[in-house]
Amino acid sequence: MTRGLVIGLLSVLFGLSAVAIAQAQPNSGIVRPTTEPSTPSVQLGAQLFAANCSSCHGIDGSGITSPRPGAGAIVGMGPPLRGVGAMAPNFYLRTGFMPLSSIHDEPGNDRVLFSNKEIESLVEYVASLGKGPGIPHPDPAAGSLSTGMQLFTLHCAGCHQEDAEGGFVTGARVPPLQGLTATEIASAVRIGPYLMPKFPVSQISNAQLNSIVRFVQSLKNHDDNRGGWRIGNIGPIPEGLVTWWIAVPLLIIACMAVGRRYRRE
Amino acid sequence: MKIWKWFVALLTLLFGRLTRPAGSADGGGERIVPAGTPERRAENAVLILLLLAVLSGVGFIVIYAVYPHADQPNELLGLSLGLCLAFIGGALTVVAKRLVVTEELEDDYPDVHPQEQAEIIEIVHESGSRITRKKLLMGAGAAAGGTLGLAALTPALSLGPLWDTSPLDNTPWRRGVALVDENGNKMPAADIAGGTFYSAFAEGVDPEDIASDLVVIRLDPAKLRLPAGRADWAPEGILAYSKICTHAGCAIGLYRNPLFPGLEPKPALVCPCHYSTFDPYTGGTVIYGPAGRPLPQLPLMIDDAGYLRANGNFNYRVGPAWWNVLEKPTYGTNE
Repeated sequence: MTRGLVIGLLSVLFGLSAVAIAQAQPNSGIVRPTTEPSTPSVQLGAQLFAANCSSCHGIDGSGITSPRPGAGAIVGMGPPLRGVGAMAPNFYLRTGFMPLSSIHDEPGNDRVLFSNKEIESLVEYVASLGKGPGIPHPDPAAGSLSTGMQLFTLHCAGCHQEDAEGGFVTGARVPPLQGLTATEIASAVRIGPYLMPKFPVSQISNAQLNSIVRFVQSLKNHDDNRGGWRIGNIGPIPEGLVTWWIAVPLLIIACMAVGRRYRRE
Repeated sequence: MKIWKWFVALLTLLFGRLTRPAGSADGGGERIVPAGTPERRAENAVLILLLLAVLSGVGFIVIYAVYPHADQPNELLGLSLGLCLAFIGGALTVVAKRLVVTEELEDDYPDVHPQEQAEIIEIVHESGSRITRKKLLMGAGAAAGGTLGLAALTPALSLGPLWDTSPLDNTPWRRGVALVDENGNKMPAADIAGGTFYSAFAEGVDPEDIASDLVVIRLDPAKLRLPAGRADWAPEGILAYSKICTHAGCAIGLYRNPLFPGLEPKPALVCPCHYSTFDPYTGGTVIYGPAGRPLPQLPLMIDDAGYLRANGNFNYRVGPAWWNVLEKPTYGTNE
């Protein structure tokens, strides 16, 4: 029995309105069983999934293809999870990409809302829904830094920038990659979250992936700004803002100073 | 005939200058304004600033000429051109502040007094006499402006004698040229997966040749809406577009591939420089951003061994926009 259900029952018992039930389930809150087992289990995963994921991914992870009102006044819609294996849930939950508070949000590096035990349970449950890829365990130490840089430039830098700072693509943000674990980087390459292409083994081998991960992780303290000011290092939008809102006013002030006439009082 | 009119206009101007009555400035009459004190120091400052502008502009040209084409030092080029502009600006500022006589007068509109009008004209003429070396200053200004113009034009020389743009039309693609990956290996069509994008090049061609670079993707053939005449350009739904953005020539390094198409923006090829966005389903048409024409598409075929090959040349000229870029939109069907 979930906590929300308990609160709901108590509310009805005490004659409270349905508003209280809605308030008891905030849009971005996590609903948990009252007593969780001490070790991860498929059982716990199933409970957490039903309470927190099924509004969008459907009962048993069958997916919801058109917007549908779900629990807690959440409008649910989301891809099926059968056959995604352990890799996708592990990636989305440990990066904080999921759960989303609105289906129209872009998943981003938000606060991780589940405990480690809960994540392991959910991963176990989602993996049990269908045969799929397991959690990748890349070995960056086995990769080559220079190869990694070449491959990153070819496949990744278009969106994530050469220094993995992230940036923009039309219609979405591109997240920065610094601070991600090797497993997270490798998972993203294979899954292709949101608008990212997904790179199969035939395109980027596991050995090449090791090199890419090694290169990305080497960038943690990379700071080469030949222009003197990084301006976020995320491409032309902030640079344009600096041009229009700082450089142009300075130029106008300079022009006015140059053009000022001597006045004889 | 237009040239003839210009010629007449020029003659009239010269003749008019020569026959203008000389001497109202320092004509025989008495001066109203005493001759201004010459500002030799300000003039010298202007001359030095203009000389520095010339040197900076020459510096740009020298730097552009000395460094190899592929390895131009952007910082030095920008610095020299920027300094040239800054020195010219400084010279103009000194001229405005120190050499040009400025005076503000305020008065009610008077009745017309021809005598006073003549006096004012004389005042204006005589006030202009502070500059002692007018020709030298004008020459220095012309030199600085001319050098700046030359510096700005220098890069255009890379187009070759007489601005020959025909090299821009050269592409390595002909019917039967194989597509290779970044390691030079031929690409089996069966290896091209959906949901990702591939860089490809013309077999045996320098990858630095911008006409060689392709982006290759696989889409659902049922969803393709290619323009008329391109029905057989995408075997199995595999499409090849030029990787060079038609706006400013950056590499199309972004491929939008929605994981859950119901909620996410549709697939697109995006340029990272200014976010020009192209629709691969409709033949590379522009759906967002500053690009002014579609991405050139290369017709593909799959040979008997299953490898990807070109089935002709691009349908548009490759690369960033230049004059008349749309004048010759197709290369003829093939060859």
